[in-house]
Amino acid sequence: MLAYIIRRIFILVPTLLGVSLIVFFMLRLTPGDPAELMLGERATEESLHQVREHLGLNEPLHVQYGMFMKRLMKGDLGETIFTRQKVWTEIKHRFPATLELSVCALFISCFVGIILGIVSATKQYSIFDYLSMLGALTGVSMPIFWLGLVLMLIFSVNLGWLPISGRLSVLIDLEVVTNFYVLDSIITKNWVALKDSIWHLIMPAVTLSTIPTAIIARMTRSSMLEVLKQDYIKTAMAKGLSKFKVVYKHALRNALIPVVTTIGLQFGVLLCGAILTETIFAWPGVGKWMYDAVMQRDYMVIQGGTLVIATIFIMINLFVDLLYAVINPKISIK
Amino acid sequence: MNKKNTNKDPLDRHPMLEQLSQLWRNKTAIAGLIIIVIFILVAIFAPYISPHDPLETALYDQLKPPVWYEGGTSRHLLGTDDLGRDILSRLIYGARISLMVSVISVSLAFFFGTLIGAISGYKKGWVDNITMRLMDIILSFPYILLAIVIVAYLGPSLKNAMIAIGITYVPRFARIVRGSVLEECEKDYVTAARAIGASEFRIIFIAILPNCLGPLIVQTTLNFASAILDAAALSFLGLGAQPPTPEWGAMIAQSRSLILRASWVMTLPGLAILFAVLGFNLLGDGLRDALDPRMRD
Repeated sequence: MLAYIIRRIFILVPTLLGVSLIVFFMLRLTPGDPAELMLGERATEESLHQVREHLGLNEPLHVQYGMFMKRLMKGDLGETIFTRQKVWTEIKHRFPATLELSVCALFISCFVGIILGIVSATKQYSIFDYLSMLGALTGVSMPIFWLGLVLMLIFSVNLGWLPISGRLSVLIDLEVVTNFYVLDSIITKNWVALKDSIWHLIMPAVTLSTIPTAIIARMTRSSMLEVLKQDYIKTAMAKGLSKFKVVYKHALRNALIPVVTTIGLQFGVLLCGAILTETIFAWPGVGKWMYDAVMQRDYMVIQGGTLVIATIFIMINLFVDLLYAVINPKISIK
Repeated sequence: MNKKNTNKDPLDRHPMLEQLSQLWRNKTAIAGLIIIVIFILVAIFAPYISPHDPLETALYDQLKPPVWYEGGTSRHLLGTDDLGRDILSRLIYGARISLMVSVISVSLAFFFGTLIGAISGYKKGWVDNITMRLMDIILSFPYILLAIVIVAYLGPSLKNAMIAIGITYVPRFARIVRGSVLEECEKDYVTAARAIGASEFRIIFIAILPNCLGPLIVQTTLNFASAILDAAALSFLGLGAQPPTPEWGAMIAQSRSLILRASWVMTLPGLAILFAVLGFNLLGDGLRDALDPRMRD
């Protein structure tokens, strides 16, 4: 087990190096002068020179990469081009918003997905099964940027139940401690802000959870069906245990093993979806920030943001793999 | 004692036939196939069936609602957008663009993915190690982010969106082909092919690869679905098709400001995306059940 963990962490090094290489060279190998690319065609020669100096573009490539990595080791991702803020500070400031949204979406999709999956499996070929699996397939096929707008149209524009965008209403004050607004309002016992921030969270989180919910439901169903076929389930049934107990106590434990991996992988899907969802709902997280950067061609933000998101993504996948090894002892034998 | 039985044992049938009949019995796959056929026919015959030119603007016909709403006209069955362009015609031409994007980007991924996967599965050793590490690195980016970043660097256009989607899908094909090739390499016919002195190219692409087609076909179908979805997402973000191209994602993006006044401009293209993607997903699921029982999830 320990050997497996060490090996997995060891593999991480070349992967992370590769990611940094790709992120670094993507800007440098793009046709054209990066400085001009950043500042646009009408930039003055002086400002171009300044940016070249700032990015060290006059040095040979391998020296530039060395400098890039050296700064990276110190946690320095450079400055944004237009606002001259530290990229790392900006990410730290915005990441809680993205995490709050993603965790909430993941929670919804686990809850709904697992329940749909279990019920579909125990009532295989029933109407409920067909409908929920058709629903799941529709969910997988859903353009979530469109779904977000439709939900907005129904619940904000027509019914007026939910706020249309943002994280908090303008008139509500909230002392920011952790930048997780739900958490902050609980810490500061600000119940008005709590209700308001949850209200703001619902629509983006539901939108973002669509695809993961569908995937988790499908996975839970097929895994559950597999487990229900096994002999020990027949034994448990023969013992005269109630179906509820057999399904939820005996079968569910084993059925959830592959589901755990699926859930972990959904975190990546959520980080992808966050770019779309945050853009639609003006959610001030990393995704919207990256999108704005792409629109403004702020390559330092794109570079830094990509690096951080990819690293987080890799870490999550590693964590999921290790977790899988822990709950499924068969894997460490290999 | 006539051994030739007229009633053929079903097990004697050609495996391909068996799979086809299994597919035929699968209702979801057939439903998917019907949607896809309609989608393809609409795309091919777009100039003949669309009632208007998708780019033709009409200042007097701005924001006409669909025919079933009050104030709708039969001249514009699904209404018009803010420039008076006929939405039905734009949706029909949009099918063309979505089909083109998915075919080109998936073909790119198919070609390079299969090539990389087949070679690294056959060669093994350091070739395999390096290429698969590279695939891991590509996979370690959330794929939409990677596509966005690629387009951000190359510049927003439909062509670059296709390239970006193609690149991000390569590892999916490479991994599947590599796995199948590794498995096939152990079999006797490969040894036999080597023994009679067939060239490596011949062994890989003529002997082995046709036997890996099952999972590849399934993967291709499912990737068509996600390519349509991702291309629409990129266009929605303004990184793919540029206005006035009648691309479904771009149409939704342009309609965002109209959400209060004319919701149909936004809802209809979304439904078109949903149905096209659903078609490929339904077929992909059915194919998976028929062709590749191992891949069932």
